[in-house]
Amino acid sequence: MKRLFEPLVTAWVGVATHKLRSFLTILGIVIGVSAVISLMSIGKGASAEILTRIEGMGSDLITITPGAFMFAGVRGALGSTQTLTQQDAEAIEQQVPYISAVAPTYSTSVQVVVGSENMHASVTGVTPAYREIQDLEIAGGSFFTEYDYQRGAKVAVIGSSIKETLFKDTNPLGQQLRAGSNIVRVVGVLATREGMFGFSPDNAILVPLTAVQQMVAQTRTSQGERVVSSIVLTVSDEKQTDYVIEQITSLLRERHRLAPGVDDDFNITSIQEISEAISETTRTLTILLGAIAAISLLVGGIGVMNIMLVSVLERTREIGIRKALGARERDIWGQFLIEAIFLSFAGGIIGVLTGWGASYAISYLGVLGGITTVVSADIVILAVSVSVGIGLFFGFYPAWNASRLNPIEALRAE
Amino acid sequence: MIRLENITKVYPMGKRELTVLRNVSINIEVGQLVAVMGPSGSGKTTMLNLIGCLDTPTSGSYYLDGNEISRLGGGELARVRGQKIGFVFQTFNLLPRLSALANVELGLKYAGGSDNQRERALAALDRVGLSDRAGHRPTELSGGEQQRVAIARALAKAPPIILADEPTGNLDSRSGEEIISILTSLHAEQGITLLIVTHDFNIAQHCQRIIHLMDGRVESEDKL
Repeated sequence: MKRLFEPLVTAWVGVATHKLRSFLTILGIVIGVSAVISLMSIGKGASAEILTRIEGMGSDLITITPGAFMFAGVRGALGSTQTLTQQDAEAIEQQVPYISAVAPTYSTSVQVVVGSENMHASVTGVTPAYREIQDLEIAGGSFFTEYDYQRGAKVAVIGSSIKETLFKDTNPLGQQLRAGSNIVRVVGVLATREGMFGFSPDNAILVPLTAVQQMVAQTRTSQGERVVSSIVLTVSDEKQTDYVIEQITSLLRERHRLAPGVDDDFNITSIQEISEAISETTRTLTILLGAIAAISLLVGGIGVMNIMLVSVLERTREIGIRKALGARERDIWGQFLIEAIFLSFAGGIIGVLTGWGASYAISYLGVLGGITTVVSADIVILAVSVSVGIGLFFGFYPAWNASRLNPIEALRAE
Repeated sequence: MIRLENITKVYPMGKRELTVLRNVSINIEVGQLVAVMGPSGSGKTTMLNLIGCLDTPTSGSYYLDGNEISRLGGGELARVRGQKIGFVFQTFNLLPRLSALANVELGLKYAGGSDNQRERALAALDRVGLSDRAGHRPTELSGGEQQRVAIARALAKAPPIILADEPTGNLDSRSGEEIISILTSLHAEQGITLLIVTHDFNIAQHCQRIIHLMDGRVESEDKL
């Protein structure tokens, strides 16, 4: 116990003798470590926030859209083919496990008119299950019912932006709007929500799919199936997302009679996939932030080395005395190395505390757009061990220098 | 115990070489009290450093207790220094940041350490009459007291050999006498082999043997 403790006391005496100098050396490490901690906590906080927002859209959501039209080696725009059908949606609902709800959609662009106001908008025919799948909230009125859907009632649920453009401050519920040549009655208004990845409920005009089929001539495939713009569905168990995607892929390939080796004529995207891609990106950014902060840690390490070299020079005579008393090279080496580690470890600990404080202050004061910073244990452990590693690395050369001094010459030093 | 055979020590001085010891052969038995005298530059300190395992000879052999020291590497030399040699320097060479007691303990630590390090250090300080000064730092002690701490440091590990390089050189005559009386009584009571490098004939008078060095050679030897 005493043998373990004694070198630490020696190191402490060495550090305490030059308080200001040791403080400034430690400060270099403190700044480096706290920069790493606070910047990485900001990065982690930002990525956590983005992920929460995405997951808020429903991490169980899967969207199927038609693939690109391909003719004679020329690929058209994604979604340009008309291969996805209402029957596909029914087949998926019946045959693929772990699915809680499926809704086909069919969008058509028309001029929408209310009184003297008009706008070009996309009217989307959906099934009642769509509300639950997209997790839509109703601000006023209600979503259309299964009964509305069965009889193809010409009723619409509109987004908040649509409501503001067409109805201004008046209550839209029960009022009529003209979509192309059809009259549709507004039964509900959707709560406003930030859109992501192409779908924004604020700009939606949702009507029963059956109603759209009456309003416009829905395209049919050569087999006579009704073409849809997309199929959205939710999985009942998020862990099975990959499996569900696999099953849907093979089912659709079979239904579309695609030979092996032919590209899919549809695209399947899951929020889970997107959130994985985004968290990968934010992780890279967080590491980048940490790497930038690590540069200041490196500078701090060079400061430690500088001070240790000065310290060895100053204590040449002391080294000579210790050697005359029987200190081996590794005793001297260990003494200076422990002192270097002591400095950088102290800097690491203080740096963790100040970095933690700084990231807490960032959250608390709401700067940086109100990001809630996240200090995780792995960052703290990493920062402290890196600072100890810096002490080892940058203390090595000065300590080695000290241990190699010739005792006679060292004793002669002033 | 200490046997030097044809020891030569050459220091490189830029392009030239400086021969400090030339073919020195000396035999010192266990328990002898020896003074080494000679003018400055005659090689006294170099000889003491060689005997104290701080340095190795350019040629020749040095045997300590029958072991050939001149063949040892740095780590083994350090071990021999720690266990067998106690140094007393002209400039005391205490660590200024440590208390008297801690300085004495340091000698024990590098000798391999022991369980009752503190007690042994206190006993050594007591032996030189400084047990009441244990907590003082060197700067708070007089020159004579500092040298007594240095003797305690050398003595605490009970080495067979103590080497003193002009131990009274920086002291007034009264303190110097005190130091010499402590050293000679250590020799008398504990049978420590003691080598004292000195300019002072009065000190040399206390010794059994005086080795005179001149230009790196043993010029003559007196037995008293």
